[in-house]
Amino acid sequence: MSSSDERVITVNGVVRSVAREDLDLSLLEYLRERLDLTGVKNGCGVGACGACTVVIDGQGKRSCRTKLSSVLGKNVITVEGLEGPDGSLHPIQQSFIDCGAIQCGFCTPGMVMSAYALLLREKRPSRDRIRKAMSGNLCRCTGYQQIIDAVEMAAKRMYPGGL
Amino acid sequence: MPVSGTTVFRNDAVSKVTGRAKYTDDLKFYGMAHAVVVYTGYVRAEHLRVDVDAASASPGVLGVFTAADIPGQICFGQINRDYAMLAQERILCEGDVIALVVAETRAAALAAAPLVKEQADELPPVTDPFEALKPDAPILRPGSAGNTNRINHGRVRKGDAEAVLQGCDLVLDEEFSTQFIEHAYMEPEAGIAVPRPDGVIEIYGSMQHPYSTRRFVSAMLGEPLANVEVYMTPMGGGFGGKDDTAAIVCARAALAARKLNRPVKLTYDRSWSMKESYKRHPYHLHYRVGFDKRGKLRGADIDMVSDSGAYTSVTPWVNWRSTAQCCGPYTADAVRMDIVAATTNNVFTGAMRGFGAPQVNFAVEQLMDMAAEKLGLSPVEIRRINMVKQGDATITGQVLDNHTVSLEAVMDRLLAESSYREKYPSCSRGKGEGDELYGIGFSISYRGASLGAEGMDYCSSIINCQMDGSILLEAAIHENGQGAESVQMMILSEELGVPLSRIRYKRPSTSNIPDGGTTVATRGTIMGGGAVAIAARNLKKLIAETLAEELGGDPSEVVFENDTVSVPLGKSFSWEEAMKAMHLHRVYPYAFGTFQAPHVSWDEELGQGDAYFTFVYSAQAAELTVSRKTGKIKLLSLTAVHDIGRAINRAMVLGQMYGGIAQAVGQALSEDLAVREGRIGNLNLDKYKIPRAKDLPEIKGIIVENPDPTSPTGAKGIGEPALELMAPAIANAVYNATGLRFHNLPITITPEDLK
Repeated sequence: MSSSDERVITVNGVVRSVAREDLDLSLLEYLRERLDLTGVKNGCGVGACGACTVVIDGQGKRSCRTKLSSVLGKNVITVEGLEGPDGSLHPIQQSFIDCGAIQCGFCTPGMVMSAYALLLREKRPSRDRIRKAMSGNLCRCTGYQQIIDAVEMAAKRMYPGGL
Repeated sequence: MPVSGTTVFRNDAVSKVTGRAKYTDDLKFYGMAHAVVVYTGYVRAEHLRVDVDAASASPGVLGVFTAADIPGQICFGQINRDYAMLAQERILCEGDVIALVVAETRAAALAAAPLVKEQADELPPVTDPFEALKPDAPILRPGSAGNTNRINHGRVRKGDAEAVLQGCDLVLDEEFSTQFIEHAYMEPEAGIAVPRPDGVIEIYGSMQHPYSTRRFVSAMLGEPLANVEVYMTPMGGGFGGKDDTAAIVCARAALAARKLNRPVKLTYDRSWSMKESYKRHPYHLHYRVGFDKRGKLRGADIDMVSDSGAYTSVTPWVNWRSTAQCCGPYTADAVRMDIVAATTNNVFTGAMRGFGAPQVNFAVEQLMDMAAEKLGLSPVEIRRINMVKQGDATITGQVLDNHTVSLEAVMDRLLAESSYREKYPSCSRGKGEGDELYGIGFSISYRGASLGAEGMDYCSSIINCQMDGSILLEAAIHENGQGAESVQMMILSEELGVPLSRIRYKRPSTSNIPDGGTTVATRGTIMGGGAVAIAARNLKKLIAETLAEELGGDPSEVVFENDTVSVPLGKSFSWEEAMKAMHLHRVYPYAFGTFQAPHVSWDEELGQGDAYFTFVYSAQAAELTVSRKTGKIKLLSLTAVHDIGRAINRAMVLGQMYGGIAQAVGQALSEDLAVREGRIGNLNLDKYKIPRAKDLPEIKGIIVENPDPTSPTGAKGIGEPALELMAPAIANAVYNATGLRFHNLPITITPEDLK
């Protein structure tokens, strides 16, 4: 029996079994409504704003455009899953704070998750590269400047040895 | 203990970066039902009849409500009560809501919504403000004041403009237009109403003015203000856009909650938000400006028409700012200016960050460059000749002598920081080899701080010190996401000489602190921070009077610094000891403080007076290239310099600059709400294009500080100045690159334009 037949999904390290009647939900609805993971935000519902970004098997994805049924057996990380077991902030989260990259905060969880997906793959993205990689996420408050600063700082903190 | 100016501080940073911050839609209440709105299919119609029977019978539906179910006031507005919470009788725009469907789940409510049926007599919509203002135009809101589609008429009368223009060496006659702009706050509107056992109805919602929400809810229910308690809730952006519509959303939730006696949540999806919420006013601007041959602006003759859409909202106030600032930051001998707003069947327009200034600046700052070229002056020279300086009188007769008028220094700083002088000679002006045309341009502005002569300007704050030394602070300014709470904490920390760690911000409700006005108009820091500073000074006076004797001195000698309360040459108490001593004296260390804005004045007929109690001075530059092949504009750098009085939270000041500039880039280049025959074609963020990270270059923000004597903290504000002048800077840079003037927003260039 394959894992998808078992209807399980791993969210922030916890294996969840998915009720059959939930299979038609979007991943966003499932995370918010069933698991109360309200850090995942609904900004547009059409995959344009990135506020609902989560990381699925290492890739940044928009949970509003992802069917729950398509992620069975996969590993999903939301912003709530980034903190350490002792409650310590992830270097990306700390860098967002230290760079003043937070205003209204509605885009922040999605931004943090897109940065996480980027920094899983690349240790020293250039500012230009960061700009492009973060362009799936809209922010109306910050002009992105301090968000780019934060991702750059996070890369240095996560990979102090550099390339 | 100066914490301001150096620290990156936000009291809500950890909650927001971990996803723990609870916005309205993240909240759940026991027994909560879900409401959705049903929109009309018409744009303009009368004799509306709504049939809710089929929807009411749909599974899970608890109730379907129409205007007939509203116990109190149906129509709302901050100026004119013309915006129906649920449509009655008449449809005025496609965003009108005909019914509210409430069900056990949102899915059940959404399933039932299409079953609500409407019938009405359709009428042809009037969507052009010029058509709406014609004498033979149908009156769209019969019974409105004066029975006319003209909502307001603002004016400036200074001298004889026509006579002065006759004597000018150069007269420019130019027309400009600007577009509908969507606020595009990332969080769509949401409201939750919770009936409480004591009869009070609690409101949680995404709004920037909890007190207007309270007024709307109370009037709609026909219940006293004291029966409604609105809780300030983390809000995902506002930019002026979460006042009227946000309050109505909460009022609809409250209607359903009262009817069903259950908590009810109403969360908007993006397309509803974009269909129904008000926008930035499109303006049509006609300027005739006259200069003498030395380059002095002598006269201006100006007509503007703005589109208010279906409802009044705050259109007269928005238009008023356009009168006071119609000539930009320049002096002139004579000005005749008239602005009228029209009711149309378009989506309504209201407050948006910038508030009637971005439209005007788009015209004025291009006119200055155009005049300079004709007169053989540089853009720098013509501005230096005409800008307001210390002690000058503005076009409304206000003498600028109560604060530092730093515009010239601000402009010079911009020129240095952007290397404008070095770069300006490289501008292509449509000529040269290769695909890329290069241009740099700039603009300057002054902006009246806070509300000015628009209305009552007052705020209050409460400081409640605990026996263990911890401190509770609250103020009647709303946290819109800009960092208002943090700024207020920093001001208190500095005033009392205690570390930030002692202070907890207590988010107030409308029931425990007086209405401090809406958090708009760049007034959060100056008004809220002012109230905090004054409350802190009241508190210090109380503590000094109570403890002076024990400290071995006179109350006037008591010093608050380094977390101590002391008298030099006398005793020193740690803050904890001081608070304990206050309690032992049976004097509660609690203070209330209010800040009332200094006097302003306005003569409606002449458009003359002291419009604002102080001004923020700004200059911004844009550097860009234009591709000959594609017409595509690529921004290379953006620079901003603002004199904001004093920076309290430096990182947040810069954040306001960057964010305001990004919104102005959208206004200049990409944002255009496609309103055709009253229907919006781009109702989501995939089609309505706000700037993305890749659309923006590095932005340089420079803070200039001349502490303002009219502000208790010396600080003014930055929210709106940041947004109001980058569009003309970009337009000037585009001209310097291509030799083409663009009079309409957004600026779009085709390869044919460049041939």
